[in-house]
Amino acid sequence: MEVQKTALYNYHKNLGAKFVPFAGYEMPIQYKDGIVKEHISTRSHAGFFDVSHMGQFFLEGDETLIESLEKIIPADLKNLKVNHSKYSFLLNNEGGIIDDLIITRTEKGFCIILNAACKENDIKQISQFLKKNHKHLLNNDLSLIALQGPKSVEILEKLIPGVANLKFMTGSNFEYEGENLYVTRSGYTGEDGFEISISNTKVEKLIDYLISNEVKPIGLGARDTLRLEAGLCLYGHDLNEKINPVEANLKWAIAKKRREVGGFNGWEKIKNLLANGSEKIRVGIKPDGKVIARENTKIFSSDNNEIGFVTSGTFGPSVNAPVAMGYVKSEFSEIGTSIQLEVRGKKYGGKISELPFYKKSYVK
Amino acid sequence: MSEKKFSKKHEWVLLDGDMATVGITKHATEMLGDIVFVEVPDAGKAVEKEGQAAVVESTKAASDVYSPISGEITEGNKAIADDPGSVNTDPEGASWFFKLKIKDKSEYDSLMSKDEYDKFCKENPS
Repeated sequence: MEVQKTALYNYHKNLGAKFVPFAGYEMPIQYKDGIVKEHISTRSHAGFFDVSHMGQFFLEGDETLIESLEKIIPADLKNLKVNHSKYSFLLNNEGGIIDDLIITRTEKGFCIILNAACKENDIKQISQFLKKNHKHLLNNDLSLIALQGPKSVEILEKLIPGVANLKFMTGSNFEYEGENLYVTRSGYTGEDGFEISISNTKVEKLIDYLISNEVKPIGLGARDTLRLEAGLCLYGHDLNEKINPVEANLKWAIAKKRREVGGFNGWEKIKNLLANGSEKIRVGIKPDGKVIARENTKIFSSDNNEIGFVTSGTFGPSVNAPVAMGYVKSEFSEIGTSIQLEVRGKKYGGKISELPFYKKSYVK
Repeated sequence: MSEKKFSKKHEWVLLDGDMATVGITKHATEMLGDIVFVEVPDAGKAVEKEGQAAVVESTKAASDVYSPISGEITEGNKAIADDPGSVNTDPEGASWFFKLKIKDKSEYDSLMSKDEYDKFCKENPS
């Protein structure tokens, strides 16, 4: 398959981006400033992220669309208000996570933001449950820009009046340059911010404005350190089809009503796990020293039994220490439990830690 | 003190008698990005030419640091292990990685000069 590029590819190039192949796209991993500076400037001012590689999947239909989607998504879609968003998943028959996503109720149906690497398969999986009168479209004419950081609201409000009134995980339509765009107050960095769905033809103009307000471009490298400090999962690393939401410590994302009533893929298994607990569970991990426990690092108990593995690990610039997430046997998941991490054949001490590593500042 | 020499793995060596000081080049730090972890060898460790001697990690990945020359480690630079970011600011000065007593000066002689190394980097962009 040919490598794909987002509408901003040349713009990134002019900003001095270093590119890497990611989910079939040529994406910036970092710009001139480098990962640590990009990370810090997002937390102290604001940064923008081109996340146009993610799928913007629109569905339209009558009441039966909700029934169809609820078979594969364990959110309470029936009671989701228009312009409200939820973090949820697509689940397989075993309750495994096919993808994690953000679903927003629109006037005519729903919009689902899908991970780039998963979007083709996701659409196949969702389509199995759709009826003839349900329309769907993966809209590639739209870019998606995340604006994150404490100054985001002040900066975007000047350009698009009204966005400051949005509450976390809600969105609305706005007008910009004579076109409609959709803005949600959301993101994946642990900061206040927005995701802006905008036509490919207008996106450069939006970025010009952001840059003129000292918003820095942020690559995938800092996106990873930011989301990990915020305790957020990265699909394909912390989540996959063999992991269910209970193991992933994301049971909060299964709507209460749906837990009781069920009617979605894998419910029997998930109901059982909710009642009895899972064998392994996702936890935060803090190495004691400076050593970085990266993905696939083996985790041992203090008496040297192998108890799990790391799924994401890096240096957290705002925490100013290494941070990681991984799966351990549930009996070792209590916060403060001493563990050992095997890095390059040597064992280093660490502790099970609270998530997030970095405190969020969402506007509720 | 002799001329600074360079390896294809992006280490530099400075020789004073049979004592060598080794670090990673400015070019290497630019490729690595922000350095967040360094592990240096302990005194007494024997290292082979092109053998693994230290570890450097950036926010992106872990990389091995090789010794461009055989010998016995006399000192690892603990200061960079405590402050890994200093490798980005002064890689070819205060932020050396280790010192060693060399076995064979011809290994040093066969390394690249500054000009040869600069040319090598230009021809092998990564």
